Amino acid sequence: MQFYASPEQMMRDRSEYARKNIARGRNTIVLTYSGGVLFVAENLSKSLHKIGEIYDRIGFAAVGRYNEFENLRRAGVRMADMNGYSYDRRDVTALLLAQAYAQVVGAIFTEQTKPFEVEICVAQVNQRPEQDELYRITYDGSVTDEPGVLAMGGQSDSISGGLRERHRPDLPLEGALRLAVDALQSIGGEGGQPRTLSADQLEVAVLDRARTGRTFRRIVGAALTSLLAARPAAEAPTTDQGTGEAPGETPGATSPSPPAS
Amino acid sequence: MAAPELLPGRRPLPPGVAAGELAPHGTTIVAIVSAEGVVMAGDRRATMGNLIANRDVEKVYRADEYSLVGMAGTAGVGLELVKLFQVELEHYEKIEGTMLSLDGKANRLATMTRNNLGAALQGLAAIPLFAGFDLAAPSPDKAGRIFSFDVAGGIYEEDGYHALGSGSLFAKSALKKRYRPGMSTDEVIRLAVEALYDAADEDTATGGPDVTRKIYPVVMTATAEGARRLTDEESAQVAEAVVAGRMENPGG
Repeated sequence: MQFYASPEQMMRDRSEYARKNIARGRNTIVLTYSGGVLFVAENLSKSLHKIGEIYDRIGFAAVGRYNEFENLRRAGVRMADMNGYSYDRRDVTALLLAQAYAQVVGAIFTEQTKPFEVEICVAQVNQRPEQDELYRITYDGSVTDEPGVLAMGGQSDSISGGLRERHRPDLPLEGALRLAVDALQSIGGEGGQPRTLSADQLEVAVLDRARTGRTFRRIVGAALTSLLAARPAAEAPTTDQGTGEAPGETPGATSPSPPAS
Repeated sequence: MAAPELLPGRRPLPPGVAAGELAPHGTTIVAIVSAEGVVMAGDRRATMGNLIANRDVEKVYRADEYSLVGMAGTAGVGLELVKLFQVELEHYEKIEGTMLSLDGKANRLATMTRNNLGAALQGLAAIPLFAGFDLAAPSPDKAGRIFSFDVAGGIYEEDGYHALGSGSLFAKSALKKRYRPGMSTDEVIRLAVEALYDAADEDTATGGPDVTRKIYPVVMTATAEGARRLTDEESAQVAEAVVAGRMENPGG
């Protein structure tokens, strides 16, 4: 039995552990569009959400272990509500939350034996799409500001390139949803083929720029189906209905064919 | 040695200051059930003793998507109560992913009112009035519900209508004569403003429609479409119609 491990080795092991487990999950995409910020997650559950409301203009999305990111979400809601009540609703910002999350997740990464197996996004909708804020917080507590679009989870590395290339801040809602769903469909199919995701495999929500007060709303049921139906008819053949993720795959370890965009 | 006079119950309250002179006081609000839900309206006056402390104060608020909350009594305490209640409902909804039931919300408000009992006994009392559209109701005409409270945390579901505050006696008397079950929301809005007019007519602490400054009652509705505040134009229209009616018949 080994009694000494160098800090480098320990950090490497923890990173690898977290990254491996996050990569097993499905993907979540967050992007800005003309009318707000759109969250799209591949999620078979109707009740265990990966996307949530934090405050008036702030939303939350996560991938990884449910109990861990749900704890983080609750802590974020608590912090936002406390600050908004103590000071003013305008004083609650995504940056504040992202920094708090980075502190918590970073401390857990260095101090605990097991790091959090999560990756989260805090997004804030502002007056114009160029001003929207998207923050990514990774399992080790590092926080990055990724304007426009970000993808998290399983094979996010292989979809984020195409997403970034096709993303424009003035996209309408249908266009933004199509872009995100195409990206989610481009991976996980058998033999690198695209697959088709139906409305009940998706969790979709927006922060609506035009609203005042609480801007977060979920798009579910008929509203989601009709939005998805607004997609062009040229669809790739259905090869797989959603459980096509190969367990244990790390991002970039396989080389899926480029997204069929 | 025993000193029973020092027991809390035996100790006299601080002498002197009448709390009414210490902080602004919110006055009359009414809530009425309609066929589609419920309506709540409040006058705009806050008083401090014999003075008008504020002539455009708002005492009726949206508690959440389907409920309304109003308050009467010490304005600072009442407005704080309303603000905290709104935050609590929103917080619960976000944390749990679902809304509290209408009864759950009312019970929470009762506990919050009781928490102010100490201050209330020393003169800084505020009492809320809660009304909402019950999403669990069997039919829309049974969905509008009103709850009243007392300083000790008592909670009472009211049948049809209720009024609160210094002018409530007159508002309630007016409502008793004019309210009929099953009235439409528009009729009930008119009725609420009429009742506030009657309260202002008899009670010095209640403000009537202020046509010179264009300050009119705050009127809110909670129906299946959610909670909504009448725009200034809409409430001005109703209030001006009521005033015009009273020009012909001051008693209404």
